Amino acid sequence: MTSATPAYRAAERAVRQSYGKLVAYLAARTGDVAAAEDALADAFAAALASWPTRGIPQAPEAWLLAAARRRMIDMARRRRTREAAADRLLLSVEEATAGIDPGDVPDWRLRLMFACAHPAIDAAMRGPLILQTVLGLDAACIAAAFLTAPGAMSQRLVRAKRRIRDTGIAFRLPDRADLPERLDVVLEAIYATFGAGWPDPAGLDARRQGLADEAVWLGRVVVGLLPEEPEGLGLLALMLYAGARRDARRNADCGYVPLSEQDPALWNATAIDEAERLLQRASSHGRIGRFQLEAAVQSVHAARRISGKTDWHAILELYDGLLELTRSPVVAVNRAVALGETAGPAAALAALDELAPDPRLAAYQPYWAGRADLLARLGRRATADAAYAQAILLEPDAVVRRFLEHRRARVRPNFA
Amino acid sequence: MQYMLAVYGDERAAESTPRDQLTEIINAYMAYTKALQDAKVLVGSNRLRPTSAATTIRTVDGQTKVLDGPFAETKEQLGGYYLIDVPDLDAALDWAKRCPAALYGTVEVRPIWVM
Repeated sequence: MTSATPAYRAAERAVRQSYGKLVAYLAARTGDVAAAEDALADAFAAALASWPTRGIPQAPEAWLLAAARRRMIDMARRRRTREAAADRLLLSVEEATAGIDPGDVPDWRLRLMFACAHPAIDAAMRGPLILQTVLGLDAACIAAAFLTAPGAMSQRLVRAKRRIRDTGIAFRLPDRADLPERLDVVLEAIYATFGAGWPDPAGLDARRQGLADEAVWLGRVVVGLLPEEPEGLGLLALMLYAGARRDARRNADCGYVPLSEQDPALWNATAIDEAERLLQRASSHGRIGRFQLEAAVQSVHAARRISGKTDWHAILELYDGLLELTRSPVVAVNRAVALGETAGPAAALAALDELAPDPRLAAYQPYWAGRADLLARLGRRATADAAYAQAILLEPDAVVRRFLEHRRARVRPNFA
Repeated sequence: MQYMLAVYGDERAAESTPRDQLTEIINAYMAYTKALQDAKVLVGSNRLRPTSAATTIRTVDGQTKVLDGPFAETKEQLGGYYLIDVPDLDAALDWAKRCPAALYGTVEVRPIWVM
């Protein structure tokens, strides 16, 4: 059977859909993510060998689970002589799969996400871990998205999974009291994933484009399993708003188009409508948070498709709230830029000057680009030129770099 | 799962601690130990004499040597441990946070390697 036939592709799709759910279930029962992944890889290979000819079974997940279970018991038996811990693994695998209703494997993907985003796991590895365990992405793909060498990423993933197993991180939802804080970490990891898939809106690198979509999908999983958590709703809304503008960020010549110059007719109205509904649902809980506020900023920008203008006063107010909540220098830069629209470039530049001592901003492109634009508006060409140069140096995306170079050319003294 | 909560602190600071404050700390440890016992999670615990009482064995070039002092000079020293049996890391971390040492020193949480 070749991989091109529809039967093979249908089998592959069925397998892919079950991946995160089955890893989550097996890992939660055994504490061993890597062993669950290995066993499932074998089960999937068996499924892809058999399903295209025999047809997809009635309960595909139960079929895969049974195959994975046999494999895990096998592996545990082989390891038993070496490690007493294998006994416990064997027991938990048998117990895990004994009383399962074949048609109904419980969905514990959220538990898996909470384990991956545990405070005891290196913060930089939480997003990559979720991508690998819940979505089944390979290390090379994750490494490309997070701008890391594949070998290093692969090693760090192996180590992180071993750490989950050896430290005894639980696969369960946090207690009510800890939930908001722990959920924040999960949402941060999903948002980092979305961000990693973001810089390439033209889809030049299909893998990274896919990452933004996968992040949205993870956001939907969180909202589906925790429908009462306003920050989860806020994050999904935020990602949908941003995603809705994907096509509008490039012109016909593949040049970068900043938000203020985008044609709202090119925004995805369906995605924006859904985001608006989600944000409304979130705010009905009366518990404001970072992602809801960021989504609200996007909502104000999206309103331009109806009103034709941007309410910068509303945006400034939202950034004030965000700044109070997060104390983030990134938010402070955005706030200063918004101030440029309500109080003028001089006031905005003064606000940026106040932030200048923060060493984190020295390597933050939007700080320099924002600064350059304000200086240009004030007619301070030489300093604007230097700020653009700094922004261009820091920008990893060639398309945005070209845009900045164009802006820079306008302030250069020799520009006629 | 069993975890060791290794209690680290600055021995020299402890030496110069006033007596009434020392009594307070000892009382806090007694209360903590009792809480662990009441929760039926305590497997064992010990306080260690300071590193001035430590003797170290180390093999250098095939020769086993006896050295006076701890294995390394550090700012904080291992002063004792609790061995507890709890369901998972979160439970162990919760206990570690309640340990009096969490206020003035460091508590390292290490799972026991089941052999």
